[in-house]
Amino acid sequence: ATPPSPAPAEPRSSSDERNQSRINPSRESMDASAAAAGGGDGTQRTLNPYVTGNSVIAMKYKDGVIMACDTGASYGSTLRYKSVERIKEVGKHSLIGGSGEFSDFQEILRYLDELTLNDHMWDDGNSLGPKEIHAYLTRVMYNRRNKFDPLWNSLVLGGVKKGPKGDEKYLGMVNMIGTHFEENHIATGFGNHMAIPILRGEWREDMTFEEAVKLIEKCLLVLLYRDRSSINKFQIAKITTEGSTIYPPYALKTNWGFAAFENPSKGAVGTW
Amino acid sequence: RQQKEENSTPEPYSCYGHAPLAHLASSPDRRRGESRGGRRPRMFRNQYDTDVTTWSPQGRLFQVEYAMEAVKQGSACVGLRSATHAVLAAANKSANELSSHQRKVFRVADHAGVALAGLTADGRVLSRFLRNECINHAFVYDAPLPVSRLALRLADKAQVCTQRSWKRPYGVGLLVAGLDESGAHLYYNCPSGNYFEYQAFAIGSRSQAAKTYLERRFEKFNAYTPDELIKDALSAIKETLQGEKLTSSNCTIAIVGRKEDGTVEPFSMIDSKRIQEIIDSMEAADEAPAADVPAESSSMQEDRGDAPAARDAPAADEPAAPDAPAPMDI
Repeated sequence: ATPPSPAPAEPRSSSDERNQSRINPSRESMDASAAAAGGGDGTQRTLNPYVTGNSVIAMKYKDGVIMACDTGASYGSTLRYKSVERIKEVGKHSLIGGSGEFSDFQEILRYLDELTLNDHMWDDGNSLGPKEIHAYLTRVMYNRRNKFDPLWNSLVLGGVKKGPKGDEKYLGMVNMIGTHFEENHIATGFGNHMAIPILRGEWREDMTFEEAVKLIEKCLLVLLYRDRSSINKFQIAKITTEGSTIYPPYALKTNWGFAAFENPSKGAVGTW
Repeated sequence: RQQKEENSTPEPYSCYGHAPLAHLASSPDRRRGESRGGRRPRMFRNQYDTDVTTWSPQGRLFQVEYAMEAVKQGSACVGLRSATHAVLAAANKSANELSSHQRKVFRVADHAGVALAGLTADGRVLSRFLRNECINHAFVYDAPLPVSRLALRLADKAQVCTQRSWKRPYGVGLLVAGLDESGAHLYYNCPSGNYFEYQAFAIGSRSQAAKTYLERRFEKFNAYTPDELIKDALSAIKETLQGEKLTSSNCTIAIVGRKEDGTVEPFSMIDSKRIQEIIDSMEAADEAPAADVPAESSSMQEDRGDAPAARDAPAADEPAAPDAPAPMDI
């Protein structure tokens, strides 16, 4: 945590004044700085994420959308939780994958649960598709950011829904500041730097499921090797018009059999 | 003052130039004047009709029922739908020859619109509300608000006015037509806050004639083409004109639906030139004597012979049976 800055010269608002009188004088300066950071009225805002999920990668393929991520959640630099499901179904037509603060992801899942439940209860032949859910999440994320109290996530929203012109695949992403867009392939976090270049080079329209899995595994492997917060336990999920499937976790084969690793001190005496 | 209120005709009726609703006067619980030195026997229900938050002993909210009377005084509106399209039609009325017509059909969104009968000022305000709801939904969800949910929001808004002592019910009935994922829909929202879905419906003065016309045909509506729907809507409006000639200047028609290629045909009024063309073609077919020889592909040709009978049907639909149970919606 950053060291507390000196208390502001005068209170920012009347409510700040009221809070000041209630606060223990010795903590006054720290609370005042937190209050200042949070908007001046004494309440706390999200300043840092704590338990964070890693990258999520997704792409459209012939029958729908495929999404994958690892099942780890870190606590700072500790790889604290190893069996976390970060891809979930939303309604009948969508999948959501979340990276970033895991508790915020759980809160978002709760909002979506309410939304899809109400939609289901209407029972009027209409249902929320991935486009509608993406638009809704964009509004939520952007409005939270405007209040300086963001949901610290990057969300990937993918799905398939029957439209008037046939099955329409949808894949989009929205992040903690409300930036949102649609694309044929999406990656969050470190995936932006390591997976997207691979996807841009090798993604094609109408890949089969097997081809899509192979490409996604290629991206996951790169992240496993090069992103220190990823673990070797992945889940792949797909969604088609028939429905969604979230596969059980599995590990990728890694290769550490490089000559330089086997006898590290060969070319450099004293190293290990 | 109380006595004067109870013995005089309720205010709203005088401006329509109608006699007091004598048919509703003989309520079974009619009581003679009590200690107020009763000059005339009071209509029992007048005691309970001053505000909307007072129930009558029979369990009626008279203010709401009076609001529904206001709907019946407005000029006629008709709505009908097939599986893919919905049509709204209204008979244009103007206060006098010098003024323009009262606007009765409003576009609420690309996929929905309303036709109203009754206090058009109330209708205008409600149309603005409906437009706002559709815009807000589209902003959050990037998708059109399904018509059933739109009708519910309108009904909930109307219900509020039936349960607040400082409000009055909206004096307008709305036919809400629109398109959503499950096809075309038509709803009727009444001042009581009730709403139902319909295949076809008519509201306003002399609407019974239109209803009778539609009742005979509605079973086939689901399979109608948009043109057939428009023709039947015009014919239904014609029924309510009671002999006055149907022209493009005394009716408005709007249509919304999903075209064959899957794209939306947005809610829009049909322009008067095209309406006149359709009316002319309908009249040309009408003049063909043999009712079973279709002049064009309209499916209503075989019913042409029935049309005169429909016009002779009792036009006065307003007087309800004196002891009818509370009609909380039309």
